[in-house]
This record gives sequence, C-alpha cells and structure tokens, in this order.
Amino acid sequence: MSTIFIIMSLLLCGAMIVAGLMAVWPRRSLPIVILASGLVSLLASVQFLLLAAPDVAMTEAAIGSGLTTFLFFFVLNRVRKGTHHG
Amino acid sequence: MVSRFFVLLLLTGVGAIFVSLMFGYVPDDALNLTARYYAENTVRDTGAANIVTAIVVTYRGLDTLGEVTVLFLTAAIVGLVLAGSQQGRLRREQPAPGELLVTGTRLLVPLTLLLGVYVFVNGHLTPGGGFQGGAILASAILMLLLADPLREFSHPLISAIESISGLVFVAIGLLGMVYAGGFLDNRILPLGTLGDLISAGAIPVIYSFIGLKVGAEFSSMMVNLSETEEP
Amino acid sequence: MDYIAMSTGFILILIGLFGALTNRNILRMIVAFTVADTGVNLVIVGVGYMRGRTAPILDSAVAAADAVARIIDPVPQALVLTAIVIGVGVTALMLAYAYKLYEKKHTLDIAKFTELKW
Repeated sequence: MSTIFIIMSLLLCGAMIVAGLMAVWPRRSLPIVILASGLVSLLASVQFLLLAAPDVAMTEAAIGSGLTTFLFFFVLNRVRKGTHHG
Repeated sequence: MVSRFFVLLLLTGVGAIFVSLMFGYVPDDALNLTARYYAENTVRDTGAANIVTAIVVTYRGLDTLGEVTVLFLTAAIVGLVLAGSQQGRLRREQPAPGELLVTGTRLLVPLTLLLGVYVFVNGHLTPGGGFQGGAILASAILMLLLADPLREFSHPLISAIESISGLVFVAIGLLGMVYAGGFLDNRILPLGTLGDLISAGAIPVIYSFIGLKVGAEFSSMMVNLSETEEP
Repeated sequence: MDYIAMSTGFILILIGLFGALTNRNILRMIVAFTVADTGVNLVIVGVGYMRGRTAPILDSAVAAADAVARIIDPVPQALVLTAIVIGVGVTALMLAYAYKLYEKKHTLDIAKFTELKW
C-alpha cells in the first residue's frame, strides 16, 4: 500500500515542478501564468493529504487555489481594460 | 534589473544551503517531547478530538489572536489603498454573465454557505475549523459577485460582522482569564464527552466567531477589489 | 515520502526566487512569490511527517489511549495553517499596491518606476 503512495507522491511532485516552471517562464501569456500557479496550489493540497495533514490540505485548497487565483484575475481584468483603452 | 549570471550564482548558493540541510536531516522514530505532551493530554485538558484545533485555539491561542489581527490590518489597508479608486454611483456597461453561471449560482450559494457553517461548527471533531469555513463562506460571496457584477454589497454590514466577531473573540478570551485558567482557556463551558457536537468547552464558539470574521474579511477584500473603476 | 516532499518544496522555492528576480512585469513577480510561498509550506509539513503513522485526529481510526504511538507531530500543521492564511493576506496587499502603481503610471514594467533611484 505504501508503494502506491510513494508513486503518487512522485507523480504529484513532478507535475508540481512542471507547473511551477510554466508559472515563471518569461514568454507565456499572463492568464496561463496565473492558472499555472493555481495548479501548483491544487497539487500541493493533494500532496498535503498524502503527508497525513487533512487540515492543511483543506485550507490550501480553499484559500490557495480558490481565492488567490480569483484575486489575480480581478486585478488582471482591471489592468487589461486600461491597456486596451489607451 | 540584475543580470542573469548573478541570479544563477545566487540560486546556486541558496541551493547548496538547501542540499546541506537535506543531508543533515534525520527523520524521527518517536514523537518529540512537545508532541508527546499534546498527544497524551489533549483529551484530558480540552476535550477536543482534533489535536490541531486544540493547539490553534487553546494551547497556542495567542498566535491565533496575532493572526486575526494581521488579517484585520490587511483588510483595512486594502480598503484604504483602494478608497480613492472607487467607482461611485454610475453604472458601467458590462456584458451579461452567462445563464449557466446565474442559474448555477442560485443553486450553489445556499449549499456553499451551509457547508462553510458546517465546517467551522464541527472544527473540534473532524478536519476543518474557522479558517477553512471562513474561506468557504468567502467563496460563496465570490460566486454572488461573479454572477451579478453590478450588485451593491453593503460595506457597513460586512465591517459590522467583522468587528463584532473580533470583539466577541477577545471577550471570550478575557472571560477565560476571569473564570478559568488563563486567556482563551476553554473550560468556561463544560467539557462534555469526547466526540459529541456540544463538547470541548468553548472551542466551537470561539472557532465559529473566528470563521465569521475571516469570511467577512476575505469578502471585504474581494468586494473592494471588484469595485475599483477602470483607469 | 518526506524526502520527496522536502526536495520538491526546495525546488519550488528556487523556481519562485528565479521568477521574482528575472521578470519585469509586476504581476509575474507576485505569481512567483506565491509559488515560493507554497514551496515553503510544503517543506514545513514534510518535516513533521513520520513513516507509518496517521493524521493527528482522534476518532474511530485512532483511539485516545494509543495516540502516542499512532499519530504524527501536530505542531508543524498548526504553524502552516497560520502561514497559508497570512500568505494570502500578503498577496492581496501586493495586488492592491500593484493596482495603485498602474493607476499612477499606466505601466506594469518595474524598470519604469525610477523615482527611488538616485
């Protein structure tokens, strides 16, 4: 049973590193970058559950990948509209 | 901007520190002294089944008071910084949000509010607690914001909920100092049996007010950000 | 599994630092700080994990009497709970300031803000 957990952890951590690299690569468009950071938070929340920390997993899922992504998109919306108007 | 080469040099240095930290790390076999004390005495001292909740609310309650203060400062500063950019009363033209979002919001908002209240009322029995429940409440307000961007949220109501919850939290802490062992002691209410809903003294009451306060703060942050006008 | 989590956390911190130092757009810098924040929380929770044990909640899975032999360290989880909530508060503050800066100068390129350079 624990080998399944170790394989899952390895896959999750590999996906987290790929998503983290996508989030800081300098040529990607901004919505992709913000969604990549939300993906890192979501994968980290599953990894917290595998590390036997259910409270932390719930907090990270609700706050990290929900509210933070929405905050970014609100501000991006305001900034984008100004750029298009001139 | 610093050039790429110095950045890579700095990262290599920091990475070397991290590698040395990892080689020096030896995982424990048994619990250390602090964790052993918490594992043995939580049920007898506080009557809560969730040890992390008991640590956050009673054993290290002063840290939670500090965190609540930092969140209050954050919400106040966001409101202050964005006060000069508020829209005023004129309507702005927005495309109507899709029908799927509006209908889904009508169905999901009461259920989400109920889930948030359930999570922070049961904080002492199952994983969860005030912060998670507050974030879920703020998600429900966010859905309302997305479905109807021109809706007016009353700022006095949100700040009234936040201030009253904070005052009640500090008042319960002071009551603990008068009637029981110290600040934020939960023995002012009877401890009950392990596993019941009405148990663990004042922990459900304290965590409910923390949940309401955190939910109100996140909601006020998002409402302030969404009411700014386009520059 | 704790080594996997800790090394991933350290790599995420390095990725976040790299993004914060080489990007010129303010919003990209804030995203990089968020990634580094997640990495720090992952490292702290990874330190508290012990092999073969389960979560620190006393219910039908773990009885109260043999809790000492069956649960992991609950203190890092309490610390990380606080850290995640304050991290999102700091991100909201950074975004509010970024919006105000954009309002003043209509650009988000950090090389254009030169008032503090001597």
